Amino acid sequence: MVSSGEINRVVIIGAGQAGGEAAQRLRQAGYQGDITLIGEEPAPPYQRPPLSKAYLAGDLPMERLLLRPASVYAEEKVALLTPKRAVWIDRANKRVRLEGGREIPYDALVLATGARARKLPIVGADLPGVHLLRTAADVDSMRERFVSGARLTVIGAGYIGLEVAAIGRKLGLEVTVIEMAARPLARVTSPEVAGFFLDEHTSQGVRFMLGAQPALIRGTERVSGVAMVDGGEVPADIIVAGIGVTPETALAQQCGLTVENGVVTDAQCRTSDPHIFAIGDCAARPMAHYGNRVCRLESVHNAVEGAKVVAATLMGGAHTVEAPWFWSDQYDLKLQIAGLFQGYDRVVLRGVMADRAFAVFYYKGEKLIAVDAINRPAEYLGAKMLIQTGRSLAPAEIADTSRPMKELVAAAR
Amino acid sequence: MPKITYIESSGKEHVVEAPVGQTVMEAAVKHAVPGIDADCGGACACATCHVYVDPAWTAKTGEASSMEQSMLDFANDVEENSRLSCQIKITAELDGLTVRLPKSQH
Ligand SMILES: Cc1cc2nc3c(=O)[nH]c(=O)nc-3n(C[C@H](O)[C@H](O)[C@H](O)COP(=O)(O)OP(=O)(O)OC[C@H]3O[C@@H](n4cnc5c(N)ncnc54)[C@H](O)[C@@H]3O)c2cc1C
Ligand code: FES
Repeated sequence: MVSSGEINRVVIIGAGQAGGEAAQRLRQAGYQGDITLIGEEPAPPYQRPPLSKAYLAGDLPMERLLLRPASVYAEEKVALLTPKRAVWIDRANKRVRLEGGREIPYDALVLATGARARKLPIVGADLPGVHLLRTAADVDSMRERFVSGARLTVIGAGYIGLEVAAIGRKLGLEVTVIEMAARPLARVTSPEVAGFFLDEHTSQGVRFMLGAQPALIRGTERVSGVAMVDGGEVPADIIVAGIGVTPETALAQQCGLTVENGVVTDAQCRTSDPHIFAIGDCAARPMAHYGNRVCRLESVHNAVEGAKVVAATLMGGAHTVEAPWFWSDQYDLKLQIAGLFQGYDRVVLRGVMADRAFAVFYYKGEKLIAVDAINRPAEYLGAKMLIQTGRSLAPAEIADTSRPMKELVAAAR
Repeated sequence: MPKITYIESSGKEHVVEAPVGQTVMEAAVKHAVPGIDADCGGACACATCHVYVDPAWTAKTGEASSMEQSMLDFANDVEENSRLSCQIKITAELDGLTVRLPKSQH
């Protein structure tokens, strides 16, 4: 086992949210040895959530996306190597090789390589005007076409796809959303919440094609539309695909670490090699609040928690992880999610959907496992607190809006 | 640029110059002021950017929105002058603002 005493060289691969936070948390925890942070994107670590929100809308400059200003890394003696790609891990000699051949030795290695947006697996996916949305560069490249009056087709109705649709409407684009499943957000929420968002987007003028499958992208020099499997045609000036991500695990596989859906780690974020940790979107770890079920999450919360765990572990301490949380902004709707809803067998509604402020609580048996709160921050934070402390509230109590959430949470056991 | 003073619960002060338009949270994070975690980056989703606004300044920083107020209701050690610093936009009027930080954000 590694202990803090022997560690003087920490190398972090991937300068995204998880990698950037890990460097910062290590310094905050008092670690004084070397930190090398390797990232293939040109910018220092930045936040991705605004990419499909304020940054896409043009309301936030790149500078304000940065986790911390570029100058902080030198001040804190973090060697930020960008744009540089790590191409090889030599576990026997504990070295990382960069493209170009430079080798960097480590005592502890942190994989924070994130995930890649999945490309559309159909003909025409490489045409100009067909975009993925993972990096700031992805958004910058769509700006020219993402303009008022343009016909935007979003393929995939997950959170990112729906956020893009909302910004599209805000900027005056004509928006069509194509989704293979019978409803939007099929993978990430309940039919109840999905139905609410479907209605909201529809009333904002978004056209939905559900249970619909694109066959190929039409266009010669640039995209002109989508041909559907059922023979339909959807004209388009710009296409944004949001069909999920693939965890970036190539290096972990190359060096023989255990990889399933993500690099598998223990609760301390340690991989099958005790000198190598994995955090953020690329990693799967046991979930403390869910019977240690191994999950790979894609969220800011998960990236930050991983960074805190690694910093604490390397300094010989421990960090108690928070229950998972996530959010999504669409129009004037703030969706806040606490917990993991998978496996629920009962939903309880608190509030009235038509008020556009309500919360859906997910139960598994008697146990509260998650909440989707729409414009209801108290319900979100209250549920998060309950899940965090392993408490529950009877469904009848949750549904009773005459009692404020805070009071209910205080009475819960 | 407006000057903002952050006082840690230990009493340690940090004086930061911040451009108009940034938030009080962003200015703290950019200058590595400890005690403001801001995990969600200002999306009003994490409540880890809690500060106490110096009573002399509460009129100028304005009131918390109902969204923010509901979040604050669940923060630790909330007081009259509690705010989420990601929801306070820096204006020229706020030059000289002092905020105190709670013992912990969690
Ligand atoms: C458009 C969008 C909207 C989102 N909205 C939300 C939201 O509202 N709320 C929320 O909680 N989460 C949201 N997320 C998810 C969140 O941003 C991610 O979970 C988070 O960024 C994961 O951090 P990470 O560091 O693990 O991965 P990333 O941020 O992807 O960073 C990984 C970095 O490693 C680099 N890298 C990979 N391999 C190598 C290599 N071999 N050498 C060097 N560098 C390498 C990559 O280029 C990348 O820069 C959103 C994501 C996107 C894309
Ligand atoms: S930074 Fe998350 S709520 Fe203020």
